[in-house]
Amino acid sequence: MLPDFYNELGAMHGTIMVFLGVVPLAVGGFGNFVLPLQIGAPDMAFPRLNMASYWFFFLGGVTMLASFFVPGGAAQSGWTSYAPLSILAGTGQTMWLFGMIFLITSSLLGAINFITTTVQLRATGLTFMRFPFFVWAQFVTAFLLLLAFPPLEAAGAMQLMDRLAGTSFFLPTGLVVSGQVLQVAGGGNPLLWQHLFWFLAHPEVYVLILPAMGIVAEIIANNTRKPLWGYRSMVYSLVFLGFMSFIVWAHHMFMTGMGTAMAAFFQTTTMIISIPSVVILTALIISLWGGSIRYNTPMLFAVGFLPMFGIGGLTGLPLGLNVADIPLHDTYYVIAHFHYVVAPGTIFALFAGIYYWYPKATGRKMNETLGKIHFAGSFVCMNVVFMPMFLVGLAGVSRRLFDGGASYAFAQPVLHLNVVSSWGAWILALFQIPFIFNFFWSIRKGEKVGDNPWEATTIEWSAPSPPPHGNFLHAPQAYRGPYEYSVPGAAKDFTAQYEA
Amino acid sequence: MDIPYTVAVRRDTGLTNGKIGIWLFLASEVMLFGALFASYILIRVGAPSWPRGDTILNVPLATFNTLVLISSSVTMVMAWASLMRGRLGTFRLYMGATVLLGFVFLVVKYFEYSHKFESGLFPSTNNFLAIYFTLTGLHMLHVMGGMAVNAYFMGPGAKQWKSNPVWFTNRVEHAGLFWHFVDLVWIFLFPTLYLL
Repeated sequence: MLPDFYNELGAMHGTIMVFLGVVPLAVGGFGNFVLPLQIGAPDMAFPRLNMASYWFFFLGGVTMLASFFVPGGAAQSGWTSYAPLSILAGTGQTMWLFGMIFLITSSLLGAINFITTTVQLRATGLTFMRFPFFVWAQFVTAFLLLLAFPPLEAAGAMQLMDRLAGTSFFLPTGLVVSGQVLQVAGGGNPLLWQHLFWFLAHPEVYVLILPAMGIVAEIIANNTRKPLWGYRSMVYSLVFLGFMSFIVWAHHMFMTGMGTAMAAFFQTTTMIISIPSVVILTALIISLWGGSIRYNTPMLFAVGFLPMFGIGGLTGLPLGLNVADIPLHDTYYVIAHFHYVVAPGTIFALFAGIYYWYPKATGRKMNETLGKIHFAGSFVCMNVVFMPMFLVGLAGVSRRLFDGGASYAFAQPVLHLNVVSSWGAWILALFQIPFIFNFFWSIRKGEKVGDNPWEATTIEWSAPSPPPHGNFLHAPQAYRGPYEYSVPGAAKDFTAQYEA
Repeated sequence: MDIPYTVAVRRDTGLTNGKIGIWLFLASEVMLFGALFASYILIRVGAPSWPRGDTILNVPLATFNTLVLISSSVTMVMAWASLMRGRLGTFRLYMGATVLLGFVFLVVKYFEYSHKFESGLFPSTNNFLAIYFTLTGLHMLHVMGGMAVNAYFMGPGAKQWKSNPVWFTNRVEHAGLFWHFVDLVWIFLFPTLYLL
C-alpha cells in the first residue's frame, strides 16, 4: 500500500466513523426513533427541519465519499486536519471541508430539533426528573452539538479561505515547504486551527459516548428488574459532564508548546471531568447489585459495555496528565484508549440498543442464539484487536505509520502484536455476519411479540409495534418515575410510567 | 396525533416550538461568530503590527450601512406589529421596506468590496483583510438569507395569513428575531473592523 493511500484511509476512517457512523446512528437514529417515543411525543417538533437535516447529512456523506475519486485522492491530513499540512494538501481536503460544513449543518438542525422536542413535546406529567436516562443523555448531547459544532464551521470556513482565497489564518510567516519559503502573507497561527478543532472535537467525544450511556442505563434497569441506583446523581453528573466538556479541549494539545500555565489549567479540568464519568459508570455497576439479572442479548452487550468503557476511560487518565502524556502522545496507546471508549464501548451500546428496541421498530424480536454468538465473538475479538495496541503504544510506536513501525529498530520487539490485532480484526468482522443475517432475517421471520416484550416501564412500550404515524393511539401521560421495577407490594414486578 | 404547540403556547414553558427553535439557532450563531471574533483577537494580539481599520476601510460608508441596518430592524418590528394589529397591507409595506434596506446594505457593500479589489486589496494581502473579508462575507450571507426569508413572508408565504393568522404572525416574529441578530452582528463588526 502506498503511503499516500494509507494516509487517505487513516484520515477518512476517522471522519467516516465519527461523523458518518456513530453520530448519525446514536443521535440521528436512536435519537429520532426512541426519544419522541420515550417522552410520549407524536413526532419530532420540526419534521421538515428533520428532513433538511437528513438531506444535509446525505450531501455531506456523498461529498466525503466522492472525495476518494478526485485527483490526488481523499483528505490525508488525519481526521483532525491539522494546519498547515491540510492547507497544502490536494483537492480531497477541499471536499472534506465542504463535506464537514454539510455534516455540521445537519447536526445543528438535528440538535435544535432534539432540544425543542424534549422541552415542548413531553407528555403531560413527564417532568424532567421523570425522564428516562436515555432522554437526558440525548438532551445534553444536543446541547453539545448545538454549541460546539459552530466553531468548527467557522474554522472550516477559515481553512477554506486559506485554501481557496490564499489567506493565511493558519499559515505562519516564513513557513518553509520542501526547502522553499511559502509565498503567502503569513502572520497566521497553526495552533488556532487546533484550538478551534478541539473545541468541537472534545465535546464530540462526549457526543459519541453519552447516547451510549443512555442506552446502557435503560437496558440495565430493565434487565436487573431494579430502579437505576442513584438516578439523580447520574443526571446531575451528566449535566456537569456536558458543561465541563467545553473547557477541557486543550488536553489534546499538551505537546504543542502552548505553555505550562495553559497545560496546568486543562490538566486540572480534565481530572475534574473524569469524576462525573466515574459517577455514572459506578452507578451503573452498583445497579447490578442484588438484581435478578436476565442475560438476554441486549443485556449482555450492555454489561459488556461497562468494563470496556471502564478500560477506555481509565487509560485516558495518563493521557490527561501533562507529564504522562509526553511519552504516550500520538502513540498506539492513544488509539487503543480511544477505541476502547468508542468501539467496544459505544458500538456495544449501539448493538445493545438495536437488539433492545428492534421489537418496537418491527414487532418482532431478533434471534437470541445468533445474538449471543455475535456478542461472545465480538467481545473476545474487540479485546484481541485493541489490547495489544496498549503494549505497542507503551513501547513507543507512533500511530499513522504506513508500515506500522517496521522501519524503526525500537519497534521490532512489538511488531508481532500488529499481526495479533489484524487477525483479531478479521475474525471480528466474521462475527458480524450473524448479526447482519439476524437483523434482516428477523424483519420477516423473527418471533412475533407484543407491544412490551421486555416488560419495561418507560413510555415507548405503550405505543404499538411498529409505531404508526403519530406514534401513539392515545396521548400518553406520565404518572411516576421511569424505573419502577420490583416495587414492594405491587401486583407485578414492574409498574409502567404510563399506567394510572 | 398532530404535533402540538406549533401555534398555541405550552402552558408550563410558556413558549411555542418555533420560539425555542429560533433562540436555539441564534445560540449556535453566537458560537459561530464568537469563534471568528476569538480568532480575530488571537491573530491580532500575535501580530507584530496591525493596521487601524479606518486607514484601510471606508468609515463613512460603513456608518451609513449601520444606519441602514438599524432602520431595517425598526421596519421589521413595524411589520410584525402591523400583523398584531391585523393589517396585512401595512405589514407588506414595512416588510418590503425591510427587504429594500437589506438590498441597500448589499449594494453599499458591493461598492466597498469592488473598491478594495480595484486597489489591489484582497483577502490574501494580509490577515487584517483576510478576517475583514471572512467576517463581513459571512455576515453578508446572513443578510441574504434573512432577505430571502423576509421576501418569502411578504410574497407567497403571506397566504398563511388567511388560514392561520396567529401562526403566520409567530413565524414573522421569528424571522424578525433572526434579522435583529444579523443587525446585532454588524453592530459588533463595525467598531471591531472599522474603528479599532
